[in-house]
Amino acid sequence: MSETKDKLFKGGAFLVEDLTADDVITPEDFTDEHKMIAKTTEDFVVGEVLPKVENLENHEFEHSVELLKKAGDLGLLGADVPEAYGGLALDKISSSLITEKFSRAGGFSVTHGAHVGIGSLPIVFFGNEEQKKKYLPKLATGELLAAYALTEPSSGSDALGAKATATLNEAGTHYILNGEKQWITNSAFADVFVVYAKIDGEHFSAFIVEREYPGVSTGPEEKKMGIKSSSTRTLVLEDAEVPVENLLGEKGRGHVIAFNILNVGRYKLAIGGVGSSKRAFELAVKYTNERKQFQTPISSFALTKEKLGTMASEIYANESAVYRTVGLFEQRMGALTEEQLDDGREVARAIAEYQIECSMNKYMCTELLDYTSDEAVQLHGGYGFMQEYEVERIYRDSRINRIFEGTNEINRLLVPGTLLKKAMKGELPLLQKAQSLQEELMMMMPEEVGDEPLAQEKYLLRNAKKMVLLGAGLAAQKYMKKLEKEQEILVNLADMTAEVYNMESAILRTEKAINKSGLNKSNLKLNYTQVYVQEAFNRIEADAKETLIAVEEGDTLRMMLSSLRKLTRHTPINVVAKKREIAEQLIEEEKYIV
Amino acid sequence: MDIYVLLKRTFDTEEKINVSSGKIEDDGAEFIINPYDEYAVEEAINQRDVHGGEVTVVTVGEEESEKQLRTALAMGADKAVLINTEEDLDEGDQYTTSRILEAYFKDKEADLILAGNVAIDEASGQVGPRLAELLGISFITTITSLKIEDNNAFIEKDIEGDVEVVESSLPLLVTCQQGLNEPRYPSLPGIMKAKKKPLEELEIDDLDLDEDDIEAKTKTVEIFLPPEKEAGRVLEGDIGDQVEELVSLLKNNAKVL
Repeated sequence: MSETKDKLFKGGAFLVEDLTADDVITPEDFTDEHKMIAKTTEDFVVGEVLPKVENLENHEFEHSVELLKKAGDLGLLGADVPEAYGGLALDKISSSLITEKFSRAGGFSVTHGAHVGIGSLPIVFFGNEEQKKKYLPKLATGELLAAYALTEPSSGSDALGAKATATLNEAGTHYILNGEKQWITNSAFADVFVVYAKIDGEHFSAFIVEREYPGVSTGPEEKKMGIKSSSTRTLVLEDAEVPVENLLGEKGRGHVIAFNILNVGRYKLAIGGVGSSKRAFELAVKYTNERKQFQTPISSFALTKEKLGTMASEIYANESAVYRTVGLFEQRMGALTEEQLDDGREVARAIAEYQIECSMNKYMCTELLDYTSDEAVQLHGGYGFMQEYEVERIYRDSRINRIFEGTNEINRLLVPGTLLKKAMKGELPLLQKAQSLQEELMMMMPEEVGDEPLAQEKYLLRNAKKMVLLGAGLAAQKYMKKLEKEQEILVNLADMTAEVYNMESAILRTEKAINKSGLNKSNLKLNYTQVYVQEAFNRIEADAKETLIAVEEGDTLRMMLSSLRKLTRHTPINVVAKKREIAEQLIEEEKYIV
Repeated sequence: MDIYVLLKRTFDTEEKINVSSGKIEDDGAEFIINPYDEYAVEEAINQRDVHGGEVTVVTVGEEESEKQLRTALAMGADKAVLINTEEDLDEGDQYTTSRILEAYFKDKEADLILAGNVAIDEASGQVGPRLAELLGISFITTITSLKIEDNNAFIEKDIEGDVEVVESSLPLLVTCQQGLNEPRYPSLPGIMKAKKKPLEELEIDDLDLDEDDIEAKTKTVEIFLPPEKEAGRVLEGDIGDQVEELVSLLKNNAKVL
């Protein structure tokens, strides 16, 4: 990563900064070690997990336990655990590649992710020395398996509304926990649960609860639409006795843990979404080559190419965006000292800086997967509806991703909300930029777009950022503190912001590739970028227009709409032709390549 | 015990082969350790774990072959040697490779050399046996089981579906066949350690060889892909007609009768 400048960007800063290709980390920067780690993970999933998929889907969880222990032997559970506690302390790119490659395992990837992510990380980040020593070495090998228990029947998105309680016993040795935690992944076999409960019904706190403690039990296995390979049960706490030393973090500070863990959960789901989308694409493109109708492989029909071309371009932009976010963590963690790195809180803080990026990646990449898996089923025709075809499972497994780790709606609301908070605190000069933009728009003259590669895309990106600022500025001006009630506008802004992040990530990745390997070898990347940027720009334009119409009226509205027209003036590229070109190359390769 | 493995970098088995202007295109292709050589690496590590000593993996190849050597190191080999011929040789054949290896092994005291049965690309199966000849040591090909006691090797060898049991003294060169073992996945700790393990790079100069000494004895005249498989045909009509048609097709079209 040495060619990447050691410049630290604040979360959300992409909206107000002009970045260069050297500012971002891209998949083309992965080292040989990264690739070897990815390959070991893929070989493990294909060689060990996939032969057991039938068993796993039938809830034979002894296989889950055995497979997790095998994964532990290979080091696949210890990537995020510090070396001092028996882990490997790999960089976040390595652990992200493990997540991406695990996604092919379907529901079992949720099992793995819950163990290494939301199950183990609260202890990595917030455990004290004794807790880390006691649990982490065994979690890193799979000797102990972990689960995370936040949700309750009546509190989902409103996590702080939890009803579970914790009361210190008279002897002062144990907290007595009571309550019910719902939809707990890995609950059939987890040895350790991170559980949230309110001390004295008031102070929201986290606890490490072992399965063997008196008063801890699990309910029956849930019957789910998808991710059937994972175990989901209720965790029941009936006067559960938890030793006082198992309070995780400080009393009343559980929300800090929950907030940090959600960030991690979100970007990891995003990576999984990209990984599964690539698999769905591969299955689809192979099938369209095999399937003949009217004596012709259906891959040779233009409409098939249109679908494949769109899918691949969307995958490229989202892949670029999510690894850019991981790169941001890396850059920030690279600025930490050894001691800070060993202190999990600092690592959590480095990730939390990019909560906006984590949320955007989450909703974009999980919706990418819903879209690609849906099209992959469609391209399979009736066969895609049959369970013998892997694509059927991918389609069902996809759906939950838009719901857990914060629904996509909650994540959308968080993006403009957090941006405005940062602006108010003076961390980001958003409002200043929005103000000077309004003046700029009055005088704005049409810009001449150059014809070098990516010139048009960069122009569209600049103007897309301005559209976000225009919309956000006007909405903030008009509604002030009441803006949080205008959820439709907030969601429009969230969509526009995320599209901007994806566009820019694709552009910078492609630019970096062109600088490194030349234009010839980057042609496919360029095509993906052109298609994505054009289509994203069209979506942003529609959102911006709707936002202006909702916020302003009369003459002001007419003036704003005319400003918008100035920002959207361009000659669009021919996406139909570009998609055909992309698809033809991928039909030859029979998979997503870059 | 001093154990050596001969390793070759080959195309990934899933890679599509394209030929253009008489050459196999390798632009953007994925490469792997030749799968039969993986059995050799695995066996070498297992033998070392039982008998002690060191495993050195040797390849004759190019700069890029370093990746496959690192993978072998990540699996558990101790040292790697890359004999880089990228700049000195345009073309080589099995004669070339075995002469280079001979020069490398001249001053080594190998107890056991393991190689793959064949490489999946050119599939000659010659380099191992040729090297053993040049070094004047015994060789046994296509082994499926290896036990070493004192200075003797007890070997099971695949002979067209049957098993032959052979004994030999060390030093010895064996080539490995499927069924010998299950190669391990390089573990993540292994991958991280491999970065720090020694990987020596040599050129033919360092082995006191001259291009002329090792000039290929064969010449590749042409490279072409097998003809594309055509769709099958189901013969119709009554059985007598079908037989007649089949015989006629075998005579006239397939020309096998």
